[in-house]
Parts: sequence; structure tokens; C-alpha cells
Amino acid sequence: MNALRTLGYRTLMLIVHLGRMAVFLAEIGKNGLRPPFRIRRLVGEIFDVGVLSLAIVCLSGATVGAVLGLQGYNTLTRFGAEGSLGAVVGLTLVRELGPVLTALLVTGRAGSAMAAEIASMVTTEQLDGLRMMSIDPIDFVVTPKAFAMLLVMPMLNALFVLFAFFGGYVIGVELLGVDGGTYVSSLEDSITFSDDVAGTLIKSVVFGALVGLIATYRGYNSEPTSAGVSAATTGTVVTASVSILIFDYVITALWGV
Amino acid sequence: MSATDRIQLEGVHLSFGDRTVYRGLDCGFPRGRISVLMGGSGAGKSTLLKLVAGLLRPDRGRVLVVGEDITQLRERDLFRVRDRIGMLFQGGALLDAMSVFDNVALPLREHSRLSESEIAEEVERRLAAVGLPDTGSLMPRELSGGMLRRAALARAIVTDPEIVLCDEPFSGLDPVNVRRIENLLVELNQRLGLTLLVTSHHLSSSLRMADQIVFLIDGGAVSGTPAALLASQDARVREFMEAESAGEPAHHGAAATPGAAP
Repeated sequence: MNALRTLGYRTLMLIVHLGRMAVFLAEIGKNGLRPPFRIRRLVGEIFDVGVLSLAIVCLSGATVGAVLGLQGYNTLTRFGAEGSLGAVVGLTLVRELGPVLTALLVTGRAGSAMAAEIASMVTTEQLDGLRMMSIDPIDFVVTPKAFAMLLVMPMLNALFVLFAFFGGYVIGVELLGVDGGTYVSSLEDSITFSDDVAGTLIKSVVFGALVGLIATYRGYNSEPTSAGVSAATTGTVVTASVSILIFDYVITALWGV
Repeated sequence: MSATDRIQLEGVHLSFGDRTVYRGLDCGFPRGRISVLMGGSGAGKSTLLKLVAGLLRPDRGRVLVVGEDITQLRERDLFRVRDRIGMLFQGGALLDAMSVFDNVALPLREHSRLSESEIAEEVERRLAAVGLPDTGSLMPRELSGGMLRRAALARAIVTDPEIVLCDEPFSGLDPVNVRRIENLLVELNQRLGLTLLVTSHHLSSSLRMADQIVFLIDGGAVSGTPAALLASQDARVREFMEAESAGEPAHHGAAATPGAAP
């Protein structure tokens, strides 16, 4: 009976949180679409989320591309199809690994930092300070951060994929001896804009919105203690990572991208 | 409570889980006067400021600020009331990603039509008034406790509010800084006619500056002038006064002795 009660309570709390999150999302959307448009703050956040994530995204992209090149070559050689290495690397990256891995990397680097920053502002009463100046913290702090994540994620995804192509090329062509022209033309032929590129764009935009929403929501609703900051950070990484994987499946299943 | 009260709390009940903070609290704070809130830790001093600021809502009862019951207002409508209130938080609550100048300029940039040069002039004037000229370019983390508190006070008064709420402005400060902030608050009250609500454990400063002292005890309030409270026969008030005066540094002892002139 107790287990049933606990299950019921947790289900209800989940629904309550989802409801609050929907209201929070609506507030962010409303603030983003009406003046004042906080362009300077948005640019600052884009720097924090985007520019400061460049190194980890580019390095990870090149490494993943190199691994894909190596694994792909070893597998394709068994069928004498190493000429399709460009297509294998390209399709795997564009349709799946690019958006998912970029989102996971950005969650770990920028999403957690975003949640921690907002949570520490809660702890040090900075958000209450804004309220006392008649400034809505969702408008001033949260909205620029969430929109920055939304805007930056597709760009970082594109960079990840580009560096991964390069990593695959270096391993496949320079190291393993696949013909360079074959690698590039197979990559070009296999990727279509309407299916693959549009698909990766949809995924990265959805993941950007998810990470931005979860990081800001967890930070904004954290307990005003140091344990609260820690819980917001960990909660963001866990919730966002699982959500990314679930939404990846849903988007792939629904739209086949 | 009287008709001249700028802020009134009527029958306020508030609990956090099992802990009851107020049981039908009634008190008022007169216009243009300095009211100091005193009481033991957990008595609800800071909570009362947050109720007046609309940052918390009571379980029951009314909180009237300039005649308006703010417990019924939505968050956006509270902004209208908060335009008339400045608040000095215990930790300053300055935005740590902004310089001192930008912190003080923020309310003006958000709510006034002043040009950037006029804002700069106003900010410098306010920083000078709190004894912090030429500190605008510093970041909050570069300030000492006393400087941080004064910078936060400059931000709280930059829009010329009618009411200023100060949460423990003296805590953790050395005697020189305590006196400096105390003088600043008194000067603001006298020069601009501000209604000041100050929470404090600092008995000697409270007795010097207060027009009214409100003791928060057992979920309710006992209020009066400093002289009246020093002469109070209420055992709870006397016990608190004696404990506080015994715990204060020696150089404040004379002013803090119960029975002495405030």
C-alpha cells in the first residue's frame, strides 16, 4: 500500500513539475518575443555557451570522426566497400552522432554552468535583488541564457560534424589509404539537404531548447543553499542527458531523421 | 498601528513546515521614521522585510504598503509597489557579474529615461554619498564587507524610494563601519524623509538611530520608542535587552545599558 502511495505521490509530483516547466517555458517565450530585447546580454551568453565550448566540441568532433573512420574502414574492408567510408562517416555523424554528442557535451560544459550560476544567484539573493528593482529575473537572467543555448546548439553541431568529417578524412585517407576523391564524393552523394541536414538541424534545435529549459529551470527553482547549487547542477546534467536520448528516439521514430 | 503608518501588518500568520513564525502579528511602521526590528534568531525579522517587499506571502492576514494590500497582488503588479521600495539585503545581493557602477546604474537604465551621461552623474553622486567615490569600476568581489553594504545601499536609494528596507546592515562589520552605515541611514532619513525598516541585533546602534523599536517575540510584536522599551517591564523584552547589551563590544556598552538614555 505504501509503495502504491509513493508511486502515486511521485507521479503527481512529476506532473506538477512538468506543468511548472511548461509555465516557465511560456514565460521565457513571452519575454523573448517582446521588448526589451536584451541583445547585449544575449551576445554575452552566446559567448559563454558557444565560444567557450568551441575547444571541447571541435576536439571531440575530430576524435569521434577519427574513431568512426577507423571502425568504418575495418568493417567496410570485410565487404570490399571501403570506398563508402565517406558515406558511413557522413550519415552516422549528420543523422545521429553529431546532434546527440554535441548536446551531451554542451550539457556537461555549459548547461551545468548555467544551472550553477542561476542557483548561486538564488542563494546569494541576487534574483530577489532584481525583483526588488522591479526587474523580472526570468526576463533579465533566464531568457537570454535559454535563447543563447537554442541559437548556439545548431552552430556547435555543425562545427562538431565538420571536425568529425576532417577526423575521418585524416584517418581514412591519410592513414589508411582510401582515395581522397572517393571519400569526399561518397560523402557528398550520401547526404541530402532535405532529409539529413534538415533532420540534424531539427534535432539540434530541439536539444538546444531542452538543455536551455532544463538548466535554467533547475537553477531557478533550486534551494537557496550550497547543496541546492550542487543538486541543480547534477540534476541538470542527468535530466538533460536522459531527455536528449529520449527525444532523439522520438524524433527519429516520428520523422525518420 | 495608526493612520500615519506607511506599512501595516494585520493578523499575519506564517509557518514554514512545522515552524510557526507569526501567530496573528499586528504592527505598523510610521512614515518618515526609522523603525528597528529586533528579536532573537529565527524570530522572523528578515521574513518580515520579505513580507513587506512582497517576496513572501503570509498564510493569512494582510500586509498593507502605502495603503495597498500587497498579499492580493500578482508578481507583475507588485513591481508597481516595489518601485517605491529600496532594499538592502544582508549579503548586498549585488549582481556579481557586473561592476559596482553597472549595479547602481541598473535600476535607472531599466526604469528611467535618463541619458547614459545623466545616469553616470547620478551613480557617481550616490556612490559619493555612501562614501565610495571612484569605486564604480570595481567588481563586487573586490569590495570589503562594509564597502559592499554601502554599494548595495547606493543601489537601493538610487531611484529615490519612499521606503528603504535594510536587512542586518551592521552584521559582521567593524565598529567604524557600523557607525558609518548608521550615520548614513540617519542622514538619509533626515534629508529625504525616507521610511526606514532596519533589522538588527546591534543594540547600541538600534537605540541611537531608532524612532521606534519593534520586538518580534513568540510570533507577535511588542513595539515602542527606545526609551519606552528600555523601561519595559515585559520580562521577555528585558531578558533580550540584557542579553544583547551583555554581548556587545565594550565600546558600545554605555549606550547599550538598559535604562540609559538612547
